[in-house]
Amino acid sequence: MLNLFWIPLLTLIGVFVSLSTSKVSRTACAYATAALPAAALAIVISYAPSVLNGESFVERFEWIPAAGLEVAFRLDGFALLFTLLILGIGLLVILYARYYLSEQDNMPRFYAMLILFMTAMLGIVLSENLIQLWLFWELTSISSFLLISFWNHKSEARKGARMALTITGMGGLALFAGILLIGQVVGSYNLTDVLAQGDLIRGSELYPYILVLVLLGAFTKSAQFPFHFWLPHAMAAPTPVSAYLHSATMVKAGIFLMARLYPALAGTDMWFLLVTLTGLATLLVGAYMALFKHDLKGLLAYSTISHLGLITLLLGLNSKLAAVAATFHIINHATFKASLFMAAGIIDHETGTRDMRKLSGLWRYMPHTAMLAMVAALAMAGVPLLNGFLSKEMFFAETLHQGSLGALSWILPVLATVAGIFSVAYSLRFIHDVFFNGEPVNLPKTPHEPPRYMKIPVEILVALCFVVGIAPGLVVAGILHSAATSLLQSDTPYYSLAIWHGFNFPLLMSFIALLGGILVYATRKQLFEFQSQFPERDAKAIFDQNIKRIVDSATRIYGTIENGSLQRYTMLFILSVALFTTVPMTKLIDYEGARPLLPVDGISIVATIILVVSALVTLIWHRKRMIALIAVSVVGLIVSLIFARFSAPDLALTQLSVEVVTVILLMLALFFLPQVTAKAAKPSSVVRDLGLATLIGGVMATISYAMMTHPQTSIADFFIANSKTGGGGTNVVNVILVDFRGFDTFGEITVLGIAGLGIYKLIARMKLFMPSADLNGIPWSNDHHPMMLATVSRALLPLALLVSAYIFLRGHNLPGGGFIAGLVTAVALILQYIANGVDFMRERSRLNYQWLISVGLIIAGMTGMGSWLFGYPFLSSWFDYFSLPGVGKFELASAMVFDLGVYLTVIGSTLLILGNLGALTTHARPEESK
Amino acid sequence: MELLISLIIGLLTAVGVFLVLRGRTFPIVLGLTVLSYAVNLFIFSAGRLVMDGAAVLNSGLATPDPVPQALVLTAIVIGFAMTAFAVILAIRARADLGNDHVDGRLPEQSGEQK
Amino acid sequence: MNHLITLPIMLPLLLATLQLLPVIEKSIERQRLISVLGSLSIVIASVALLISASAGNVTLYALGNWEAPFGIQLVGDRLSSMMVVLTSILLLAANLYASAGDDNQGRYFYPLMMFQAMGINGAFLTGDIFNLFVFFEILLIASYSLLIHGGGKHKTSAAVHYVFLNLVGSAIFLFALGIIYGTLGTLNMADMALRVRELNESEVQLAKIGGMMLLSVFALKAALLPLQFWLPRTYASAPGPVVALFAIMTKVGIYSIIRIQSLIFGDSAGALTDLGQDWIWVLALGTLIIATLGVISAPSVKRLAAHLVILSVGTLLVAVGFGTAESLSAALFYAVHSTLAGAAFFLIGDIIAEQRERSFDRIVAGRSLAQPMSIGILFFVAALTLIGMPPLSGFIGKFLIMKSIDSGSALVWAWPLLLIGSLAALVAFSRAGSTLFWRSNGKPDSSKASATRKFIAVGILLSAAPLMSLFAGPITQYTDATVEQLQSFELNPRQIMAKGVQQ
Repeated sequence: MLNLFWIPLLTLIGVFVSLSTSKVSRTACAYATAALPAAALAIVISYAPSVLNGESFVERFEWIPAAGLEVAFRLDGFALLFTLLILGIGLLVILYARYYLSEQDNMPRFYAMLILFMTAMLGIVLSENLIQLWLFWELTSISSFLLISFWNHKSEARKGARMALTITGMGGLALFAGILLIGQVVGSYNLTDVLAQGDLIRGSELYPYILVLVLLGAFTKSAQFPFHFWLPHAMAAPTPVSAYLHSATMVKAGIFLMARLYPALAGTDMWFLLVTLTGLATLLVGAYMALFKHDLKGLLAYSTISHLGLITLLLGLNSKLAAVAATFHIINHATFKASLFMAAGIIDHETGTRDMRKLSGLWRYMPHTAMLAMVAALAMAGVPLLNGFLSKEMFFAETLHQGSLGALSWILPVLATVAGIFSVAYSLRFIHDVFFNGEPVNLPKTPHEPPRYMKIPVEILVALCFVVGIAPGLVVAGILHSAATSLLQSDTPYYSLAIWHGFNFPLLMSFIALLGGILVYATRKQLFEFQSQFPERDAKAIFDQNIKRIVDSATRIYGTIENGSLQRYTMLFILSVALFTTVPMTKLIDYEGARPLLPVDGISIVATIILVVSALVTLIWHRKRMIALIAVSVVGLIVSLIFARFSAPDLALTQLSVEVVTVILLMLALFFLPQVTAKAAKPSSVVRDLGLATLIGGVMATISYAMMTHPQTSIADFFIANSKTGGGGTNVVNVILVDFRGFDTFGEITVLGIAGLGIYKLIARMKLFMPSADLNGIPWSNDHHPMMLATVSRALLPLALLVSAYIFLRGHNLPGGGFIAGLVTAVALILQYIANGVDFMRERSRLNYQWLISVGLIIAGMTGMGSWLFGYPFLSSWFDYFSLPGVGKFELASAMVFDLGVYLTVIGSTLLILGNLGALTTHARPEESK
Repeated sequence: MELLISLIIGLLTAVGVFLVLRGRTFPIVLGLTVLSYAVNLFIFSAGRLVMDGAAVLNSGLATPDPVPQALVLTAIVIGFAMTAFAVILAIRARADLGNDHVDGRLPEQSGEQK
Repeated sequence: MNHLITLPIMLPLLLATLQLLPVIEKSIERQRLISVLGSLSIVIASVALLISASAGNVTLYALGNWEAPFGIQLVGDRLSSMMVVLTSILLLAANLYASAGDDNQGRYFYPLMMFQAMGINGAFLTGDIFNLFVFFEILLIASYSLLIHGGGKHKTSAAVHYVFLNLVGSAIFLFALGIIYGTLGTLNMADMALRVRELNESEVQLAKIGGMMLLSVFALKAALLPLQFWLPRTYASAPGPVVALFAIMTKVGIYSIIRIQSLIFGDSAGALTDLGQDWIWVLALGTLIIATLGVISAPSVKRLAAHLVILSVGTLLVAVGFGTAESLSAALFYAVHSTLAGAAFFLIGDIIAEQRERSFDRIVAGRSLAQPMSIGILFFVAALTLIGMPPLSGFIGKFLIMKSIDSGSALVWAWPLLLIGSLAALVAFSRAGSTLFWRSNGKPDSSKASATRKFIAVGILLSAAPLMSLFAGPITQYTDATVEQLQSFELNPRQIMAKGVQQ
């Protein structure tokens, strides 16, 4: 016997087989598709004998051990029953579809989806692992979505498919949660363990949640009331699909789940109430609605719903016999409903309509089909000598033999009989309206018998209905028994499949149902009129409305939250920072530490006052931009003075040079931007922002004070100790920059370089907004390059370069270094731009700033990697002292080469930024642009 | 002295934050600049304050903590790059969108000439 | 001496700088060749790193040969090398995709992509908090420049938001660093972990403030509620290949959160243990809600993709905020899945927009796509895995996360929100799919077909969905081991502070 894995695997391969048959003839395509499922069926049958003897097989394969997840298949009696149904009816459907589909339909695609769905179903019924079961469960939702929407050019197909997917998907997620909960209770997802731990599950306080979640899954899938409405709309699918999904497979998955978990979940009052009552409601609603459908498939759809209700009801009764009856009815319903759908399909195919108001008297045109359809319909009605009768009989008996509803227990059998009446009535309607009842009214085509092979599947199924009906003992007893046993996980009670049990209540109920059904059918005119008082509710429209409502409200809510205003986002960010920080702030009791304070001197106070004033100026006159800018630059100046005051000359220098460049930049910017800010903000928001600003400001001030006054032990001493010996420099800051933490500097110049490139991108092909005059209408100066400035600047250039070289060289031991030097050079060159104009520079400087950046970065990088050659990590420094006659003792350090990289990159990016921006301004000059 | 510095830091932070919350690009750029001053001072102050300390080694004076200085230097440079980008982006936005509001469209209540 | 760990940073840098030189910059073909091959070499380098990490050994690389905590140190452990591999795969796919033509719409495309990859990899590999800041800035400035690649109103106005918000973020980052240095007196993360354990009462409060500031900056990068608003607009308007690389950006924030939470604010941090954990948990749940709303209401494919990114952020941080070893391991699995799937879906959206004339990627009935079949299949697979439908990686990720959140009180909040999120995605995808592929008018016009390499790029990313599910066993073993490693670092931070280079 081949491994169980082969069963779903073969069908899965079948998907690709049928996809690959697009070239060959339709018949060949059908046979190729059928081949692998047939093989799978053979495997199943090879297992059958031992399974029928009560054995059950499990094959495991490890998947995610960490999560206790394994791929595991299980073949026991119950699984065997379903596997046979799925594969057997599946094969018949494949044969049937070959003749049903028209030339236009893409047959390989259809078959591929069908087989995919078949694989998913097999996966469900063979799963030993619940998570894996869920996996295949969702797969059926997806593949059925594809099947229902096969004719996706039709709107109702698309809508029906989406509805089915959404409802079953919703149930699927609930089921997922339920399974996870089961896993938590049992500690394993393996069916064997779960079924063994029934009492544990029923005992746990999670049981109600588990039950509800799992049942949600089952009910949505099996179209139980009130989730039944998706099923009739799934009829937009090609009839072979309906025949397959709605007889033996898709909708039975829910039933299968309930039956499979029966030993684990059933047996409580909660189970009884939920399952039985849902089943009862579904049974009645389905049976009643079916009578009023004029569409053949519509009638069958609702009858399917009602029969599913019947099975659910039986499972809910908490009686072993009922479970047996349910199993039996699963078989019977599958056979007669599949054949009926196929018959309906044939009629549709040959007459061009499924409307029972047009169809009538087809008996004369297609007696053979009519015969088959009638037998199947009678089986559905539960007429003696047909399989439907037997299970219905058992069903009636079971409704009698339970008393969980106490004094109200009589209600079940009564309602069951009522449902029976209606099912007889709609079966009658199916027979009488379609095949008799006068002549057909203006059919699209003149009907005739279908192709020979199209009827074979129907014949086989109908034959089954007969055989089972007459000789149940011979045909189904074995499989039924093994199925029921493995369903219950215990021996089945005594039951008899005989046709004749003598005169008893069930028989009477069947009898009443038959008579009542005929009566109801006879008086259908009045019933139709009565029903016509109720407006026909189109589930599709309602579903669409609801989805639309959800989408709209979501859009509305989201729109109010996200209004696309940066100010709100920034505010939220700063607000959350404030919130996060103020909480610990309140716990910071001693914000003044032990560290002695420095004395305050006059100069500092004066400087502070100037800073405060100019800061406030910026704040108050921020809408007068030029003033604000000047004030800001004053602030910057003072800040650099502060650095100098507190013995950080490097910082002071850098701050100063950056300051200069930034101000130039902002000046240029102001040329392109409005000179004033329009008053836009509402006073309320101004107040809010001021409040927020003050809060943050207060927080930062307090923290810095607390920090400065607390003594600190830091890694600084190491640097001071090793700067000279290890880094070869006495300017510790610079040594940190180019050696200890050279990697930071490396990243920093990379940022600078990227900024240069990015800004070039921004400036490239910018459609400029160009004012010809400033705020007060005074036109911008036409005097291009003041003579004075020009001469001075040209004289200055070499000097500046010299200075920068000096700063660069001393950097390692005295304040200075590559970065500052770079900025000085850059400023000097920019001065040339300002003084002499871009064109002047274009002619003279052959520098390509982009390459400068690249070269700078490469030099820095290479210096870093150079240390690899000597077997040291990236950026390891090297230095030594040499002496040359005349020059004297001097030092060479790899760090200096690195610093050269910094120097070049800085010049490159600064000029790439300012040079290009400057170029814009000059070119954009009104008087030059003409 | 520490008190003065922390006051300055607080003030600059507040001014920066307020400007950053404005609706037009230029004030925001200014705000970011001011904020960066605050940040630099703050990090610097994290190394505690030393007056008349040694700029370089073996000058026999108390050496201030060099690490924050190095950090601030890096921060200044990066800040410069970022400010530069922001400025040009502001210009680009004005050019592309016809106004200098950060959302690219003028709020209803304001009536600025485009 | 083994310099492997520097390659994920240095290779991109060199490739970028080389492409700025005239020889290569002149010809787009050379650029394409170098970039694609270059990114391939980066992939190889980072995979090599991953292999050595998966053997359990941690690469410590003291830059400049200065031992931690004084010098800057690179740390190649399981977590960082995993993220680096992820980044380089994205880079490869993005560059391949771009080489079909997007790279021509502006200058410096490949250099900037390389610089961004350098920044991201650096952020993952560095063991130094200030260096982390520097690499954040590198990846940010690169992303600013890439965002406006190709030009256009939308990109500019999106860039304004993104840039200004992140500049404020950088300022806060620096404040936080100031506090950290001021109170802890060190910058090496492992050393920080050691120092927080011997702080006095008032210092603890200062450190707390610094830590919370840091967290809020990372939350901004990670797009955690209420700091996620910048994301949809930015991602929806950025060029396809760029946003494919952006898919890792939120993960950089999340990575940083995980890093400092597990190392510095771990169980040994005394008063600072699990700093901000509760905030993360609550806000993550909120993120799930807002993302669900966004997903349902998304008007276009790229917007949908963007909101799905936020949804994944919520999912991830729920797991991180729950804070058990299992949930963290599950989060790591989900991080890889969501990054790749998200990137793939952005590219699919880009292809759709490219083929549908005026209606672009808006979810409205428009002219039919040039290649409905192949795009449809990709869309379908991406949808399944992003919804969390079996049998693809999304399902595994969601399963692991939900399974790991097993305490009643937390479960009641997290599970429903996670499941509703999936349902919303399901509804959104079935709406979008049936509109884009079925309600289209006109015959497919093959002249507008997209380049094959675009499909290859998407294929590379999307192949992860089935593969990660197939090899979920080994992968989960890896993530479990990663979490163990993080815990061991927390117990003894000294083991990741070494002199020189060691493995």
